[in-house]
Amino acid sequence: MSEDSDVAIAVAAREVKAAGRRASYTRAFLGLMLRDLFVLRREVGPFLVRVGMNPLLFLFVFTYVMPHMSGGAALNPTANMAAAGGGSFGTVLLPGLMAVAIMFSGIAAVALPLAQEFGITREIDDRVMCPLPIGAVAIEKIVFSAMQSIVAAAIVFPLAYYVPSTPVSAHVSSWPFLIAVLVLASLLSGALGLTIGTSVQPKQIGLVFGVVVVPITFLGCVYYPWAALGHLKWLQYGVLVNPIVYISEGLRAALTPTMGHMPDWMILVLLTFFLALLTWLGLRGFRRRVVS
Amino acid sequence: MSDAIVDIRGLRKVYTGKVPVTAVDGIDLQVRPGELYGLLGPNGAGKTTTISIATTRAVPTAGDARIAGVDVVKHPAIARRAMGVVPQYNTLDRSCTVAENIRFHCLYFGMSGVEARRRTAELLEQFRLHDRASAYPQQLSGGLAQRLQIARAIAHHPRVLFLDEPSAGLDPQSRIAMWDAVRALRAEDITVVLTTHYMEEADALCDRVAIIDHGRILVEDTPSALKASVGGDKLYDLRLGETADRARLAEQLRELTGVTGVEPTESGLRVLAQTREGLLPQVITTANTYGLRDVTTAEPTLETVFIRLTGRDLRE
Repeated sequence: MSEDSDVAIAVAAREVKAAGRRASYTRAFLGLMLRDLFVLRREVGPFLVRVGMNPLLFLFVFTYVMPHMSGGAALNPTANMAAAGGGSFGTVLLPGLMAVAIMFSGIAAVALPLAQEFGITREIDDRVMCPLPIGAVAIEKIVFSAMQSIVAAAIVFPLAYYVPSTPVSAHVSSWPFLIAVLVLASLLSGALGLTIGTSVQPKQIGLVFGVVVVPITFLGCVYYPWAALGHLKWLQYGVLVNPIVYISEGLRAALTPTMGHMPDWMILVLLTFFLALLTWLGLRGFRRRVVS
Repeated sequence: MSDAIVDIRGLRKVYTGKVPVTAVDGIDLQVRPGELYGLLGPNGAGKTTTISIATTRAVPTAGDARIAGVDVVKHPAIARRAMGVVPQYNTLDRSCTVAENIRFHCLYFGMSGVEARRRTAELLEQFRLHDRASAYPQQLSGGLAQRLQIARAIAHHPRVLFLDEPSAGLDPQSRIAMWDAVRALRAEDITVVLTTHYMEEADALCDRVAIIDHGRILVEDTPSALKASVGGDKLYDLRLGETADRARLAEQLRELTGVTGVEPTESGLRVLAQTREGLLPQVITTANTYGLRDVTTAEPTLETVFIRLTGRDLRE
């Protein structure tokens, strides 16, 4: 009997300890989030410029300036395709630009600051001394970046509504699907940023734009739907290794379903797969960089 | 179980690579609660690696380290609650002001918003930083930045504070201000472990010093005991002519009352002696007939101890 109660007390003590530990981790995690929000709030202007400029100019040039040029359609090769698919080029661009905004936020919110923290300031050493597992410090970066990605994607909406000369036809058929795609895509871009930020030498971070960001954007079905690559089979299958493809196609399926897009289930499965893969790579890289 | 608050046993760290480097080669170290403990040694001796392992930023190849009874390898996140760390380089949050640096640190360690603000105000006062509270770290001098790092490191009331080369890059005045700040921590019952390659720093601050070289602890004791181990209260360095018969002179000097030892040096002899009226003139008179060129007198320092142990200078 007394042995039983001893065991019970030991188990209870362990549970209390575990609960205390979880509470302590949670507070540290929230503290980090709070600090990041606080700093972002102070830099809200630059943040809006950063996330708004690319979609604004893209929409302005391709959906406002070009259609006003004589022979604009000839200059704009996807216009015919978009028309055939039942929408304007703006309709093609809306999900694509949201995908770019989401992806780019991951780079700007995780990869670039990490390069600085690892290389010049070593501020990361202080974060790593927080009372929570090192992996959680990296996860916080992913989560916070995802929040910025969602804001960045949301900013594309009003722009796509007001800028183009012909209206964009967007229609949400399934909100749960849209939310699932947005959340997975945003976390995925944060994980991508973590992987890049931890695998590239700080002094080479400038190269990331040329070597990673530009290729994955242009080959990420951002400016054209994946189905439209049908005549270039090698490319159509080649781009499947690019996670941005599933972000673009996912948003296309959720927002502009009249355009041809990949099957919904395939999009969700592959977004999840790439999220898991990049999170794993990013966490491994992060641990290697901060613990010797 | 030992009552040591920092308990390091059989610690080894080998950095693998093309040429494996053994940075720490079997270190045992016990620091008692409330002590101010120094690791003194030249650059590359293994001090920083030892501190990195104790503070969970490096994983040992062998051995274990416990801080306040918590194994730092098995439970790093819990062990971090018991320690404050000031690394060699400035890790202040560049996006936050002086006050915010402390306040967010408090929040990371689970304080409520009100508590964090109260603790921040208290530390700004204690470390005389309140007039710079809204400055950014980039605007602080090296001395102020270092004080802020210490203030932030102890904000969550850690049991042990680790200071890695705290006076590296500080001007003499800031160094003395930093020493005062560290001494003041005694009042708060914080155990301090610091690394340094400045023997004056170890001597001025520490209750106990371990002299470390090539990843091993050579000796460990109080600074005064270490200095006494040299075997004399006074050192007379005699510079002699090339042709002098140093062996004979050494013999004669040893016979003088108060001389505890004579050692050869590059330019002559070193006489270790007790403080004694009239001994220096006697030494000079004796050495004079052997072509004495110059004499310098000194008291033993930790540097003397280091040189005797390794045959090298601390700065080499």
